[in-house]
Amino acid sequence: MKTTAELQQIATQVRRDILRMTTNAKSGHPGGSLGTADWFVAMNFNLMDFDPAKFSMSGEGEDMLFVSQGHITPVIYSTMARRGFFPVDELKTFRKFGTRLQGHPSTAHNLPGIRMASGSLGQGLSVGVGAALGKKMTGDKHIVYTMHGDGELEEGQIWEAAMFAGAKKVDNLIATIDYNNQQIDATVDEVMTLGDLKAKFESFLWKVVVIENGNDMQQVLDGMAKAKALTGQGSPVCVILTTKMGYGVDFMQDTNKYHGSVLSADDLPKALAQLPETLGDF
Amino acid sequence: MTHYEIKSSKELRAGMGEGLVEAGKRNVNVVALSADVKGSVKMDGFAKEFPERFIQCGIAEANMVGIAAGLSLCGKVPFIGGFAEFVTGRVYDQIRQVMAYSNKNVKICGSHAGISLGEDGATHQTMEDIALMKVLPNMTVLVPADFNQAKAATLAAAEHVGPVYLRLGRSKMPCFLPEGEKFEIGKAQLLNEGKDVTLFACGHLVWEALQAAEALEKEGVSTEVINIHTIKPLDVKAIVASAKKTGAVVTCEEHLINGGLGDSVAQTLAMHCPTPMEYVAVDDKFGESGTPDEMLTNYHLRAADIIEKVHTVLKRK
Ligand SMILES: Cc1ncc(C[n+]2csc(CCOP(=O)(O)OP(=O)(O)O)c2C)c(N)n1
Ligand SMILES: [Mg+2]
Repeated sequence: MKTTAELQQIATQVRRDILRMTTNAKSGHPGGSLGTADWFVAMNFNLMDFDPAKFSMSGEGEDMLFVSQGHITPVIYSTMARRGFFPVDELKTFRKFGTRLQGHPSTAHNLPGIRMASGSLGQGLSVGVGAALGKKMTGDKHIVYTMHGDGELEEGQIWEAAMFAGAKKVDNLIATIDYNNQQIDATVDEVMTLGDLKAKFESFLWKVVVIENGNDMQQVLDGMAKAKALTGQGSPVCVILTTKMGYGVDFMQDTNKYHGSVLSADDLPKALAQLPETLGDF
Repeated sequence: MTHYEIKSSKELRAGMGEGLVEAGKRNVNVVALSADVKGSVKMDGFAKEFPERFIQCGIAEANMVGIAAGLSLCGKVPFIGGFAEFVTGRVYDQIRQVMAYSNKNVKICGSHAGISLGEDGATHQTMEDIALMKVLPNMTVLVPADFNQAKAATLAAAEHVGPVYLRLGRSKMPCFLPEGEKFEIGKAQLLNEGKDVTLFACGHLVWEALQAAEALEKEGVSTEVINIHTIKPLDVKAIVASAKKTGAVVTCEEHLINGGLGDSVAQTLAMHCPTPMEYVAVDDKFGESGTPDEMLTNYHLRAADIIEKVHTVLKRK
C-alpha cells in the first residue's frame, strides 16, 4: 500500500512516461492516457489484488482488469512497468517494430499483464462480464474491473453487456467510465450526448458511484473503495470517473487535440517542465 | 517499358475525400456518414461543404450501416466512412443483410486498410476485408492504386447503383497515375505490356509491381503489369487473355493470402486456363506495430519480393 502522496508522485512519473513514449514513437494517444493516469496508478498500486510476478492468463485468485478503450496503451504500459510487470526500460520500444508494447494491447507478443486484445471499441465490457461469470463458476471471490471511454459507450455492444450484467446480477464486476466528455471528432455532448449517464446505468439495474474529480488521487481512492463495498449485493457496479483529457499539462487540457496526436520533440520539454521527474525516466 | 514516375506522395483516403466532395457537387443526393472518424477518413471536407448532408453517427458502426440502408430507400446515396476493419469485419452481418442481400445503394469507404497502417498494430490492420466483402453477392469491391485513382473510384462508386466497398490506405503512398482519368468499374487497367510473365496487382502494391517490372525488364524478362482495381466484378477476360499470352502469373496485394486478389485470379485461371502462378501477399498471420515502410518490407510486399516470385514462377513454366 502506498500513501496518497506516494501515489501522486508515481502518477506524475507515469505522465512523463506517457509523453516521452508517444513522442518517441511519433504516434499514439497521450490525451486519454494523461486523464486516466491517477486512476491507473491507484488501481495498480493500491486497489487491485494481484502479483505481477505471478501473472497468469486465468487470473485465478486475483482481481482482473480489462481496458476496453485499448488506444490508451501509454498509460496502461507505463503503470504496468512501474508496477513491475516488465522492465521500465522497455517503454522506449513502444510501437516500434518487434516490440511487446504494441500500439493496442495484444496477447500475440506474450506481454505479462495483458489477457485480451483491445482497440476495437465496445468489446471489453462483454469480456469482463464473461470473466466475472467465470470467477463465480470457479468460486473465486475476486473482482473483475473494466475501463471504458465515454465515447466508447456509443457502441451498442456495451449496452448488450450492461443489460446482461444487470439482469443476471453479475455483482463481482466494476466498470469504470472515463467521463472526459471528449472523443475524436468533437465533445461527447456534440457527437452523441449521453444524457443522464447515471440514470442510464441504474435503469439497466447497476449501482453507480460518481467520482467528481478523477484527477484527485484521494477522490479516486475513496470512490473506488466505495464501489468495491457495493460488490456482492446482486448488482454490477459502474463508476463514473470524471476526468480531464490531457490532465497534467496546461496546454494539453480542455481539448481533444491530443486524443491521438503527440507532442513534437520541440514541444515535449515544455510539457515535461510541468511534470517533475519523481522515479527516474526510462 | 512504359515509365511511371512518382508525382507526389499522397494518402488514398484523401483521394476519396476529394472525390466525395466532387460527387456531392454533382449529385445532391450524395450524403456522408461517419463514426467519430470524419477527419481520419477525410470526410471533413464534405462535412464542411455540405453540413446538412453529413451525419455524425458516433462510435456505432453497426447502427451507421442500418441508417445508411434506410436513407438509400429515400433516394439518397450514402457513403459511410470508418476504419476499414470496423466498417467491414465488425459489421459484416449488418452489411450482409441490409446492404448486400437487400441490394441497397450504399458505399463503404474503408480507410486505414492493410498492413501499411503501421504503428496502430494488428487490431486495426485489416488484411481480410477484401475477402469479406468480395464473398458477398451483389457487392462491388474497389481497390484503387493511388490518390488520383482513389478519387476517380469514389466518383465511379457514386454513379454506380448498388452496394460498393472502397478500400483505402492511411499512409502516404506514391501517386503515379494521371489525374482525372476515368475509373471504369470492372475493367482491368493495363499499365505495361509484356510477354514472359504477368503481374496482377491491386492497391499500394501496383507501384511495387511497376518497380519490379522495371528491374525485370533490365534482366530481360518482359513483364506485363495489370492493375486489378476492381476485385469484383473481376475482369475475367483480361486476366485470361494475359495469362494465355505470358504463361506465368504473379499476384500482388496488401492482403492475407487467403481470400484476396490472388484467390480470385487463381479461381479464374483454374477454370479457364490453368497457368503457373505465385502469390505476393501476407501469409496466414496477423500484423504488428512498426512504421508503414517496415511493415511492407518485413511482410514481404516489396518489389524485391515480387521479383523473387517471378523467378520462381518462370521456372515452373
Ligand atoms: C470500433 C471502433 N471504432 C472506431 C475506432 C476509432 N477510435 C479510436 S479511439 C476513438 C474515440 C474514443 O473516444 P473515447 O472512448 O471517449 O476515448 P477518449 O478519446 O476519451 O480517450 C475512436 C472513434 C475504434 N478504435 N474502434
Ligand atoms: Mg472520452
